[in-house]
Amino acid sequence: MIQVEHISKTYQVARRNAGFSEAFKALLHKQYERIKALDDISFTIGEGEMVGYIGPNGAGKSSTIKVLSGILTPEEGSCTINGRIPWKDRIAHVQEIGVVFGQRSQLWWDVPVIDSFELLRDIYRIPNQVYQNNLEELVSLLNLELLIKTPARQLSLGQRMRCEVAASLLHDPKILFLDEPTIGLDAVSKIAVREFILERNRKHRTTVILTTHDMQDIETLTKRIILIGKGKILMDGNLENIKKQFSTTKQLTVEYQGGKIIPCEGMNLLSESSQIAVFEVNLSSMTVSEAVTHISKQVEVIDIAVDSPSIDELVAKLYQKYQIQ
Amino acid sequence: MRQEDINLLRITKYMSFFRMRFIAGLQYRAAALAGIVTQFVWGAMEILLFKAFYQVNAAAFPMTFEALSSYVWLQQAFLALFLTWFLENDIFQTITDGGIAYEMCRPADIYNMWFFRSMANRLSKTVLRCMPILLFAALLPKPYGIRLPNNLNAGIWFFITAFLGLLVVVAFCMLVYITTFYTLSPVGVRLLSVSLVEFFAGSVIPLPFLPKGIRQVIELLPFASMQNVPLRVYSGDIGGANIYTRAGLQLFWVVTLIWIGKKLMQTAQRRIVVQGG
Repeated sequence: MIQVEHISKTYQVARRNAGFSEAFKALLHKQYERIKALDDISFTIGEGEMVGYIGPNGAGKSSTIKVLSGILTPEEGSCTINGRIPWKDRIAHVQEIGVVFGQRSQLWWDVPVIDSFELLRDIYRIPNQVYQNNLEELVSLLNLELLIKTPARQLSLGQRMRCEVAASLLHDPKILFLDEPTIGLDAVSKIAVREFILERNRKHRTTVILTTHDMQDIETLTKRIILIGKGKILMDGNLENIKKQFSTTKQLTVEYQGGKIIPCEGMNLLSESSQIAVFEVNLSSMTVSEAVTHISKQVEVIDIAVDSPSIDELVAKLYQKYQIQ
Repeated sequence: MRQEDINLLRITKYMSFFRMRFIAGLQYRAAALAGIVTQFVWGAMEILLFKAFYQVNAAAFPMTFEALSSYVWLQQAFLALFLTWFLENDIFQTITDGGIAYEMCRPADIYNMWFFRSMANRLSKTVLRCMPILLFAALLPKPYGIRLPNNLNAGIWFFITAFLGLLVVVAFCMLVYITTFYTLSPVGVRLLSVSLVEFFAGSVIPLPFLPKGIRQVIELLPFASMQNVPLRVYSGDIGGANIYTRAGLQLFWVVTLIWIGKKLMQTAQRRIVVQGG
């Protein structure tokens, strides 16, 4: 469905030091630096897949999305989506995709949202019946009854984002690109948007490509992640496998009475305060149950909690490993 | 036929920009009212100013005072149609802040989309504002008010040349928008188009008032194909076979400016860089 092969894209950036004399020098002789935003990117995404595209700021996530949606033309490489090259056949290509740029708005500022929707209906030439059905579905799933009658400028960020998502799905796209769709949203709106995307994928088999910094998005929505850093793809794989590969420790929080816990080989005391101790258990040398047995031999355990490192920590580890921070 | 040409034929999708613009225009009633009042006062002042000149020696002027009054009132009523510096901030913003990303995700040619959008913007503003001004001007006593055109022919040709003039204006404005892709700041080009173009278009003083020699050259420029032609056709200043020559020149400029704009847009689109994010 989506096939990307060896894509590269460079930007020119004029750089100079601070100060008046430097500014004057740059006026006469500007120094450009070529920045590789995308460097030999390749991947394939099948129909109905949901893929999380992650990486630190400036890694090339948005640039990839823009290439895939036909906005940017790469210098090298090829890309076919539904048999078309996005930047060569832009108009036919975009008819079949939906895009949400979390940091921008596609709604007309001063008129009610529904008017923007109708404009999109005309631009995409959506048959009236299809439009009515889609609108009904989107309105009820995203709770938009009142919102669509409100001018876009008077919506809160979360309300607007729900409308933005609806706007990019009116024409039944087969592929949905979401560029940071939950940026700046509160917990309730985030969950609403996520659930909606999941539902959409289940019902319509929409292929979803998602860039985000919110690891909760990744965890709830995608099975596969692609990690990009400095324009290169560093890892492409199943989220569960990566978790297994990188979470080699568990955290044990023990509330106990009497005595003192002396950690054994494979256990690491992280903190201890008035009858509560936190250990890190290295899974390569012992299992969690072995650690629990070891502790309960020494003290009377009141409560015990086992935590895996959060996915945020996991990603931080990944970034560290590939040195892209 | 290329895909884009096929899309151009399916003009209906661009038509909805008109609806959108009318809706948006209706949203701001105070702005429309303020615009009407300003234009009425401005027109009145201009006529009074010319009145002073005409009192000294009416024979020294190329137009009758009556024709001039019509010229001024029509100009005020159709201000939004022909004013070149009446540009859309939305489009500039789209280019400089990267909103263009969304525009390029639409199954439409961007030049056509913006062309229709600008036209829609001007037409909707005009329709909302012209009637009160025209009505008021029609009620004014004789040499100061607007009068009907001399014959039906002039009336019909007024509408034809006004439409062609609108196309020239919009095609010219498109060039201003597209240069923003290259300069990233619209300020310079806008300043230029405010001062120079307005003068060459005859919106400061009607072009017949300019000295011979300079006038002949200016009348060949695209700017003279904007409001200059329809307003003078209405007042009878341009008549007979002269109308056809002027309309032909307008058509020439429409085609030329659109062609240049489309070429520039194609190049711009290829070198596009979406800023930020």
